[in-house]
Parts: sequence; C-alpha cells; structure tokens
Amino acid sequence: MAKVTNVLLVGVGGQGTILAARILSGVLQEAGYDVKMSEVHGMSQRGGSVVTFVRYGEKVYSPLVEKGTADIILSFEKLEALRWLPYLKPDGTIVVNDLALLPAPVLLGKAEYPYNALDILREKAKELITLDASKVAAEEVGNIRTQNVVLLGALAKHMDIEEEIWQKIIRENVPPKTIEANLKAFAAGGQY
Amino acid sequence: MKLFLSGDEAIARGAYEYGATFAAAYPGTPSTEIIENLIPYKEVYAEWSTNEKVALEVGLGASLAGSRVVVAMKHVGVNVAADPLFTAAYTGVNGGLVLVSADDPTMHSSQNEQDNRNVAPFAKIPMLEPADSQEAKDLVGEGFKISEEFDTPVLMRITTRIAHGKGLVECQKRQEPPRREYKKNSPKYCMVPAFARQRRLVVEERTARLKEFSETFPYNRIEWGPKDVGIITSGISYQYAKEVFGDEVSYLKLAFTWPLPEKMIREFASKVKKIYVIEELDPYLETQIRALGIEVIGKEVIPNMFELSAEILREKILGEKVAEEEKLDVPVTPRPPVLCAGCPHRPIFHVVKKLGLTAMGDIGCYGLGVAPPLEAVDTTVCMGASIGMSHGFQKASAWLGDNKKAVGIIGDSTFFHGGMTGLADMVFNKGAGVVLVLDNRTTAMTGHQPHPGTGITAKGEATEEIKIEDVARSMGVKDVAVVDSYDLEAVEKAIRHALDFDGPSVVVFRRACALLKGQEKLPPLEIDQETCTKCHSCLRIGCPALVHHPDKSVTIDVNACTGCTVCAQVCPFDAIAKVGGEVRG
Ligand SMILES: Cc1ncc(C[n+]2csc(CCOP(=O)(O)OP(=O)(O)O)c2C)c(N)n1
Repeated sequence: MAKVTNVLLVGVGGQGTILAARILSGVLQEAGYDVKMSEVHGMSQRGGSVVTFVRYGEKVYSPLVEKGTADIILSFEKLEALRWLPYLKPDGTIVVNDLALLPAPVLLGKAEYPYNALDILREKAKELITLDASKVAAEEVGNIRTQNVVLLGALAKHMDIEEEIWQKIIRENVPPKTIEANLKAFAAGGQY
Repeated sequence: MKLFLSGDEAIARGAYEYGATFAAAYPGTPSTEIIENLIPYKEVYAEWSTNEKVALEVGLGASLAGSRVVVAMKHVGVNVAADPLFTAAYTGVNGGLVLVSADDPTMHSSQNEQDNRNVAPFAKIPMLEPADSQEAKDLVGEGFKISEEFDTPVLMRITTRIAHGKGLVECQKRQEPPRREYKKNSPKYCMVPAFARQRRLVVEERTARLKEFSETFPYNRIEWGPKDVGIITSGISYQYAKEVFGDEVSYLKLAFTWPLPEKMIREFASKVKKIYVIEELDPYLETQIRALGIEVIGKEVIPNMFELSAEILREKILGEKVAEEEKLDVPVTPRPPVLCAGCPHRPIFHVVKKLGLTAMGDIGCYGLGVAPPLEAVDTTVCMGASIGMSHGFQKASAWLGDNKKAVGIIGDSTFFHGGMTGLADMVFNKGAGVVLVLDNRTTAMTGHQPHPGTGITAKGEATEEIKIEDVARSMGVKDVAVVDSYDLEAVEKAIRHALDFDGPSVVVFRRACALLKGQEKLPPLEIDQETCTKCHSCLRIGCPALVHHPDKSVTIDVNACTGCTVCAQVCPFDAIAKVGGEVRG
C-alpha cells in the first residue's frame, strides 16, 4: 500500500492544538495529498488531555493513527508527549514544547508531575526537538500568542513540504493583523 | 471545489447544497456542529429546539409545510425523540426529512453507548450510514430524495469518528428543489387508530419497496479483490477494514443499511470462501445476514463494545500481536477534565458536599462535580433525571420511614430540556424536594449554545427570555430564590432554607459560565504567603488556577484565575485577595 505519514498533535484542552491542526491539514491539502484528521471534542476540552491525528498520503482510509506508527509527534506540553509516546514508531521524531502544565491531581497534591519528562523522551525517541515556544514567541517574535505557529515552524522542518505552502496557509488562517508576527514565529520555530 | 470537512460539517454542507431550508436540533456531542454549521446560511432557517423530541416535531411540521429538513441529535437524543419518530414513520413526510443520529462508541462524551442502527428496523424507517465526510455530504442529498420518493423520514446514522473526522469533500453549488405544497390529508397525518391501521399497511408495503431499492442503491457496492476472504461492512468500520486488508480481499460495503439488500448479500456470499462481518458495537449486520442462512464470522472475534480500530482487526483477525506498551519509570499522571477556573458550578458543589447532602445530579459540565475533590454528586442518568429521581428518592424514603432528603442539581439548559415536567410532577404529587438550578446562562458542555432562558436565538436574534424562577412560581412552587453563585454565604443560606421549607423549593444560582464571551473581567487574586498557613482549605474547591507546590505552598496562576473569589471566601485565614489589593482582615 502507498505510504501514509502519521502525525500526532497532542496537548491540553484550550492550548490551541486545533488551529495548529487546521493549518497543518491545509498545508497538506495544498501540497496535493489526501488528508484525514481526527479529533474528539467535548468533555476533554475542559482542561483534559487532547489529541489530534493527522494522516496523509496518496490515499488515506482510517482517520486514526495506530500505536507504534506515528512518524512525528508534536506535543504542546511535556507530560502529554510522554502519554502519547507509545504511538511513536521506533525511528519517529518528537517535537516538544518545554512546558509543564500541571494536571488536576498534581495541583491537588495527589500525584506527581514527571519533571524529567525530557530526559525520558530523549532516551526513547530517535530524534527529539525541544523548544520553549512561549519564550520564543515572547522574546524572538514579540507576540506571546504566536506559540502555536512557533511549534508548527519546528514541526515543518521535519516534514518535506515547501516553505511557501506553509506561508500561504498561515496567511489564510490567522487574523490579518497578525500575519507578519505569525510568519516570523514560523521562521523562528524552524531554527530548532 | 474541495473543502476539508468533518462529517458534521459535510452534513451541514450537504443540507445546504441539496436545498434544505430548515434545520432543528438540540445540541449533543458529537452532533452539535451540524446545526452550528447550518446557522450561517441565510437560505436555511435553523433553531436550537428545547429538546430532541421538540426538534423532531418542529422538523416534521416544517417538512409538512414543504421544507427539506435536517434534524440532528446525539444517540441518546433519539431516545427522547422516539415518540414522534415512531409515528412519523406512519405519517411520512412532505419535504424530505433526514434525522441524523450521532452515536458515540467508547462514550468519549456520553453517559451510555448505543448502537442506533437498531432504531431503523424498530421504527421501520430507512437508514443511511456514511463512511467518510464525502459520503456524509452526498448521502444527505440521497436521503432527501429517498425521503420524498418513499414518503418516510430517513435515519442517517454516524459515529464520533465520522462526525469529528475530517477529509476532503468535493462541493457544489446549492440546488433549489421544486416547492412541495402542503395539502390537508387527515388519513395520512392524523394517527387515530382507524387511520393508523391503514398507515401500518402502507409502512409495510413501503418497506418492501425500500428493500428492492437497497439492491440498486449505488452506495451499496461490491469491491472485488481476491475471493478467499470477503468482508461485509459499513460506516467507519469500512475504513478500518481497508486500512488492514487493503486490496487483498473483497468487500461488500453497505451504506443503505436498512432494509438490507438481501440479493446483493447472497450474491457476494456465494462468491467468497470465508466471510467476516466487520462492524462496531452490536452484531447488527451479522444477525440479519445469519438470518439469511449465511455463515459468517463476526462478534466471536470482534468486540461488541467500544470503538473498533485497525489495531483490533489486526489482532483479532490476523492474529498479529499488539506490541506491549513499554513501561516508563515515571508517573504518566492522568489529566482528567475539570471544572474550569471561575466555574460558577463550583461553589454550589462545595456547599452540597459541606452539608453532606444526597445529590441527584444531571447531565452537563456539572457532571464534573462527581470528581475529587468536590465529589458532591450521587447520581447521573439522563437529562432531567435529577428532579424526578430526587422526588422519588425523597417520597420513598418518607414512605419507608427513613425521611432522607435528596436534592436535585440541574443545569439551565437541562432544566428546559427535561426538567420542567419533573418539577410539575413534584408539585402535583406534593413532593418537598429541593431543586438547585445551576443557571450559567448557556449550554456550556456542548460549546455555548443559547436556550430558552438566554433571550437569544440560534441565529443570534433577541427573543423572549424565559426565567426559570418564573416557571417555578407559575408551577406552584412557593419557595423560590435566586442567588449569585459566587456568593458562598448566600448559597449556603439559600440551600439551608430550602431544606427546611415544607414543600418543593427551587433555588436558581445565576452566574454566567466563566468561558462565555462578553463577561466582565474580574481582577485575579493572589495568596499572601506570609498569612497563608498551608492549611489547604482552598484546594478543596478543586480550582485549576490554584497550584500546589512540592513544598506544600499554594499559589494562584494569575493567567488562569478569573477573580471569582470563591477560594478567598473559603480561606479561614483571609490570606487571599486581589492582586495588589488588601488582604481581607
Ligand atoms: C438527551 C440528551 N441530549 C443531549 C445531551 C448532550 N448534553 C449533555 S449535557 C448538555 C447540556 C447541558 O447544559 P446545561 O444544563 O446548561 O449545563 P452546563 O453544561 O451549562 O453546565 C447536553 C446538551 C445528552 N447527554 N442527552
């Protein structure tokens, strides 16, 4: 069967993974691929763990990514990268935002947060890219709201799609006033 | 033009393209986005109805008036709408009527798991099952045609992965179907027994014709490949099967799944050596195919619970071992959903827990009141159950001599959906229950849809705002109070008063959902670390803006804090105040 590439976007409800997934799938469509994307809305939006599956290739059937088959995991948060690690294929890549959002049981003092998540990920993933997207957005772009696009910039470097397509789709999907900032954010993310 | 659409968006698009002029629904995951995506079209009247039964009745009326209509709901909504549905099967329609049932295998956002394919034979209406977004759009058009040609409501059954899975969809311009005028026809539309008996015969004869139609319906198709294995499947299961078996087997892919195309099934079965029926949830196809005397493999290998996946097929059919998950030597702490920072439901649960009340809960964001640390809810069954159950519990308890009190906790949207009849029952039957209505001015759980208490329609127009306290009073409830949810003292006082009152009581806790747009922004709070004794009383309200540090200190995340002050009100040492403000002394 023709090759299908699998991407996971994971994070915490409310972090804006959905805009990122929309841009990503727009890019893939523009690049001429068949694309399927699957996410679950509802309950999980209330601060729960969220995942979006994106699959592309010549022809895609199932909208779901199987365990051990993700080519790339883009994680908006460290613990979430650990949670979805079983989906990564042996030679897969993880791009992870160096951010810890504490889940309710940790906030309540009932559970621990794995602060050494990055060390573990480094051990398990063939390739690990870490960046502090909020810092990049604040310091290099000057607009904290561009974090998502910073992360997409880092993801894009590991996908074989022309830069112009990314720029075009970003332009189409962000508020007109923030286009310049978002393009800058995309470029900044690409440095990692 | 190709658009990247979810199944829900594609159904909305299909309704638009194939000339729908009317849509009605009550929100419910994973169906909500269907109507949400129809609301912007100026050619389509769209409404959020009070509940699913009303939505279907409104839709049926619109169909009689000549509209092509989409009515959408989640699987449990179909239970609510079952009454009009089972008789609409007799009356038939005028304009095409498609009822979408969005089922939720695995219960991502639901209280139970139902396979609503069973509804089609039960209600005796034809059923369509799209397998991706393109089919979801196309089959709305087919559904309208079938509905009009065969004079029947059509059930379109989708599941979460169809509803919320996105794919590329070829889109066209809108077509305007010819107008269908309403003609009075009591024997058809008035289901008194004498007429209903006549229509019963019509339904039977229609079913026979639909069965023939199913044989020729182009979306029921055979994909020939090697004939050692044949797979019969429908909906999302088709995608999982294709993912695993590719072109190595033959497929009978069904999209018109009631009545089933018997001849097509027999012909397929006669040409393949071994047949698997691959379907999620119930053995719906399997049972019917076996009844034709055809031997198949189905539920003996494929689970009848929870979502299906390509992995499950690999394991159960191909015998591939699923790789054991590597154990990580760190805690992969679960991240359950929680009530948001500033959620106005929190203070009510805090008091209910403090008073140790038996609380019959209901369905909505406030279902999260069952989670630690609030743990305030005893039951969750279906929309509106809180009132009936608390009344029944209390009545029985008095009857049995235990005299236990139970309160009902219900949201505003749920009150209108299924709570009002329960309240009338309580008043009528001399109950003395306490109904706590959490009026957060919206249907929050499903993404902030307006309801009869909000004063705004689906299309964004101002309308009459029905006040829950007025409803309660007009039903004869003598003890009615309206309280600001953020005022803990007032909340407790109101609940205590209601518990003491001899007769039914309704307390409306009014405060908008913290995520609702257009709310006044309150200044965030901070904890004075000098005054704080680390007693952790504040943590007991379970607010995600409160951060518990390894050294036992607690701070407030200013970005998350909405300034609701509930933590400050529970702090016994007055250590919490507005950022930069004075600590209350
Ligand atoms: C019959 C039925 N229809 C729809 C739903 C989906 N649903 C669950 S909760 C809810 C709305 C709750 O709104 P409200 O009572 O205002 O509570 P809130 O979420 O705002 O706290 C809906 C629509 C359902 N579970 N059952």
